[in-house]
Amino acid sequence: MSGNMNLTLKIWRQKNANAVGGFETFNVKNISLDSSFLEMLDILNEELELKGVEPVAFEHDCREGICGACSLVINGRPHGPLDKITTCQLHMRHFKDGDIIWIEPWRAKAFPVIKDLIVDRTSFDKIIQAGGFVSVDTGGVPDANAILISKESIETATDAAACIGCGACVAACKNASAMLFVSAKVSQFAVLPQGQPERYLRVEAMVKRMDELGFGSCTNTYACEAECPKGISIRNIARMNRDYFMSKIKSENVEM
Amino acid sequence: MGWFFRALNSSIGKKFVMAITGVCLLLFLIIHLVNNLTLFGGPELFNNVVKNLETIKPLVRVIEVILALIFVFHITNAIRLWIENKKARPVNYKINGSSKNSDIFSRTMFVSGSIIFIFLVIHLRTLWVAFNFGHPKAVTHEYFDILVEAFSSPIYTGLYLVALILLGYHLYHGFQSAFQTFGWNNKKFFPLIKKLGLIYTVIMIIGFASIPIYFFFFYGGNV
Repeated sequence: MSGNMNLTLKIWRQKNANAVGGFETFNVKNISLDSSFLEMLDILNEELELKGVEPVAFEHDCREGICGACSLVINGRPHGPLDKITTCQLHMRHFKDGDIIWIEPWRAKAFPVIKDLIVDRTSFDKIIQAGGFVSVDTGGVPDANAILISKESIETATDAAACIGCGACVAACKNASAMLFVSAKVSQFAVLPQGQPERYLRVEAMVKRMDELGFGSCTNTYACEAECPKGISIRNIARMNRDYFMSKIKSENVEM
Repeated sequence: MGWFFRALNSSIGKKFVMAITGVCLLLFLIIHLVNNLTLFGGPELFNNVVKNLETIKPLVRVIEVILALIFVFHITNAIRLWIENKKARPVNYKINGSSKNSDIFSRTMFVSGSIIFIFLVIHLRTLWVAFNFGHPKAVTHEYFDILVEAFSSPIYTGLYLVALILLGYHLYHGFQSAFQTFGWNNKKFFPLIKKLGLIYTVIMIIGFASIPIYFFFFYGGNV
């Protein structure tokens, strides 16, 4: 079919977490412009299996940009060259016939490679466990709308909650900092009444955990915001910084 | 006080130290520039200004020590952050796509800072040491002539101009970055802060650059 492409792929291959990895070159032929990036990799893997070669391991799940599982750095950019989409939403029509495409895993100390292009993102779960929640209420069922929330607050909170925890912010940051992720998870509660009782404890605990896990510090390059598939704003980072200072001043917690 | 030091050692705390010392240095540059502009008033005015500062020497010394401490905090903290941030990504990307998602000013803070530091050492050595520690012209309060002498060298003047361009990179990012770190980023004011940072940077760089250029072309080593 006319318009189909032949491509050269340079893919990071690594047997397991402890193995030494390296790039391997693959050629894929007759790729449809309408196929997605992950479908292109599926085609490659089918061919590899037929040849008896170990397929390339990569993460994927919903393939509609909401689960946050896919995680490829394509030609140096997390989730590829387009803004505000995940890798699974990237289509081959954005590449040209004969292109050489470099595919790498997320690179961060806190995201060790498990195999090929798959990294361990448990660090994000550990940060959430440190305080990224609202403790469960007890007692009777409250009336709906008993607590009034302004449209502005709910929009700020839901914009922050749009974070799918994919880790592109860490992958994009030159310091492998998780500030955008953590700030989104802090902000989604910080602007709502339900989040107030634990507001300051939450930010202190989550920042502490983030630091322990070996993420870098933020140097305000704003690469995270530019690469975030959900367009999470760096204003969330400013809010988290603000809350962190206020917490240090206001709280009587000397343990953190 | 354990909580306090733990806070300063946290990632956000270290950012805060960078930002607060950075803001102090931004303010210092304004004072420094105002002082420098008296050079355009001619040798007599400038020499008198420096001579007057001599009369309040103890106070000047105290301020110098505070300023030195601010520099030390800013620099040591930067080195520490740089090392830690390198460690946070042990394996680098084969293809670096950072030019597509961030500006050059923010990505080169450590490089621009390092060159500014080298410049600072040379700057202190040739001017501050000469003014304070027994340069023959300083003894006779002819400070202006020291500058004429220094800027007669095209290499020295060139070094100033190169360092100032890099200082511009550093200031432009540092200005708005400090506000972001303090958490003063909102939809209404942040674009304004970015513009203010640009205006500040341009004024500082043109102001400081005017001096070596003026001396090189108008005095050219003729004391």
